[in-house]
Amino acid sequence: MSPRAAWRLESLGFREVYEYRPGKADWLAAGLPTEGTGSRKPRALRYIARDVPTCRPGERVADAARRAAAAGWDLCLVTNKTGILLGRLDQKQLRGDGAQLVEGAMRPGPSTYRPDVPATELRHLMGHRGIGKLPVTTGDGRLLGVVCRDALDDLDDEVDADGSPRPSEGVRR
Amino acid sequence: MPTHIERERLTDLVKTGAQLVEVLPAEEYAEEHLPGAINIPLREIDREAPERLDRNAPVIVYCWDFT
Repeated sequence: MSPRAAWRLESLGFREVYEYRPGKADWLAAGLPTEGTGSRKPRALRYIARDVPTCRPGERVADAARRAAAAGWDLCLVTNKTGILLGRLDQKQLRGDGAQLVEGAMRPGPSTYRPDVPATELRHLMGHRGIGKLPVTTGDGRLLGVVCRDALDDLDDEVDADGSPRPSEGVRR
Repeated sequence: MPTHIERERLTDLVKTGAQLVEVLPAEEYAEEHLPGAINIPLREIDREAPERLDRNAPVIVYCWDFT
């Protein structure tokens, strides 16, 4: 749609026309502010825990396990040097052979969600599938953090059935 | 030929006075849009753009994604 609009503007005599082709989806996925009636809808972004431990594929599992334990997590996410999420080590892998390299032990290609997903949708999904912790990434795969199921428990008190915040309730940031 | 830009460039252009236009239908715009964007639905471009936009200032258009 935007390509047609851009071309049309040029034909109407507008001299400097740009097209933001990644569009609103990209903007929302980056967790940037918006305006409009739905802009205060609680989204995954608000519930992200950013202190989740990470490790590199070339590290030993024992090192990742120590880091996770020290941070109080039963999960360690595997990223490359640019922050792209490659895999995850859950309890089972963290308790496995400590001498093994992370790249051989990790669960590759984990399911991820974008920060613009409505929090109510995320809670439903996590409850339905029995997921405790879900990584959240940008559209290009960069890790933002993890949403923990427990963090979504108070959603009922804050939103109406359509996922919009109740007028009398403030939205925490 | 329209220039394709990414998020960072968009932010810079808006700071320097570019006009930001969402070309999705009015209902979608009303629900959520980029800060400072105005709405000119694609089908209204011919009629509304000359009235509401400055031909001499940069214009950035966007919709939902690249489709």
